[in-house]
Formats: sequence, structure tokens, C-alpha cells
Amino acid sequence: MSSFVEIIHISTLVMMIIASFLAVVFKKLLPSIVALSVASLLLSLEFYLLHAPDVAIAEAAIGAGLTMAIFIFAIRGTR
Amino acid sequence: MKEMSRIVRTVTNFVYGFIIIFGFYIIVHGHLTPGGGFQGGAVVGSAFALLLVSYGSLNSKKFLKKDIFSLFENFGLILFIVLGFSGLGITFFYNFLANSGGWFGNTAVIGVNPGNMNTGGVIPLMNIAVGLEVLSAFGVIVLTMASAAEFTKKKENS
Repeated sequence: MSSFVEIIHISTLVMMIIASFLAVVFKKLLPSIVALSVASLLLSLEFYLLHAPDVAIAEAAIGAGLTMAIFIFAIRGTR
Repeated sequence: MKEMSRIVRTVTNFVYGFIIIFGFYIIVHGHLTPGGGFQGGAVVGSAFALLLVSYGSLNSKKFLKKDIFSLFENFGLILFIVLGFSGLGITFFYNFLANSGGWFGNTAVIGVNPGNMNTGGVIPLMNIAVGLEVLSAFGVIVLTMASAAEFTKKKENS
């Protein structure tokens, strides 16, 4: 049982690192923002696995929702 | 700002009501389940951001108005500070409604139970006040960001 939880932790963190790397690598701006949002969503899943559901809800709403909207406004202002 | 494609707008029409209802659920059940005023308000604010992103700032000026958000923000802050000063007979922020039998006044049951909505005293009212303040503050932030991006683009093109 404990090893199962550890496997989920490690796979979540590895997917977070891959998503953050993709956010840096992408040439177009909108897929880069989506990859950053996916990293934030996986961070909220990690908070939930660490028994902090309050922080998980706040991270999912602010990190994955509002910052993505503000970044989209910013890149729409540039073109 | 332009609106996004038809797929995004259709999915937004299906989803945004459920997101807003889920946010109000988190606010109202703040004293029983995880979450509270700030988290529920942030969820409702992200629904407003979704509407604003998918419909564009020019089309969504009809149903998202900055003055109404500002009015609700002031109302939430005034409600919070009035509830704080209402218990001033004993101490500041005294929970004068708990175990009184009236509004939210039932005694909380000790042990494993599904949770009684009618407990908590002044805490659910403060959660509602904080949620109202946070959702309208996020609405004001998102509307200001959208209009600022529009203004910057217009100024650089001219």
C-alpha cells in the first residue's frame, strides 16, 4: 500500500518536471502557457496527495485558472 | 479583444454554470468540508476568467460589469467587519451565534457524523462574506487586466 502511494508521488513529480520542461521548450506562446498550467494542476494533485486539500483547491483555482487567463490576456495584447 | 473559436464558446456555455455552482458549494460548506471563502471565491473567479477569455472583452461587457463587482466587494468587506464588531460585548470576533439555538446555532455533534449544516455560529456568515469579497475582487482584477491589454494594443498600433 505504501509503495503504491510512493509510485503515484514519483510519477506525479516526473510529469510535473516534463510539463515544466515543455513550457520552456515550446516555440509558440499558447502551448507554452498550457504546459505551465498543466504543471500547476499536477502540483495541486501533489498537494492533495500530501493531505492538504485546502491548498490544493486554492492552487487549482489560482495557479491553473487565473494566472493562465492573465497570461492569455498578456499574449493577446502583444499581437 | 477577439472571441475564441466556436468549440471553446460551446464548451464554455456548457461548463461555466457548473463551475459557479461548485464555487458557491465550497463557500457555503466552508465550516464542514475542505475549502472556505477564499477557495470558493477563487473557483468562481476562474469561471469569470473563462467567460472573459472565451467571449472576448468587448462581448462580455454586457454581462460582466466592473461597477457591480466593486459594489459586491464593498458589501462583503462591510459584512465581515460588522460581524467582527457585533461580538464586541465580550471580545472582538466573539462567536455570539454559536450554541444559541437560532441561526447556525445548533450544538456540533462530537464523533464521526455526516456533518450538520446548521452549526458553526458566525463562521458560515464570515465565509459567505469572504467568498463574496474574493469572487468580486478576482472579477475586478480579470476585467482590469483585459481592458489594460486592449488599451496597450490600441496605443501601440496608433
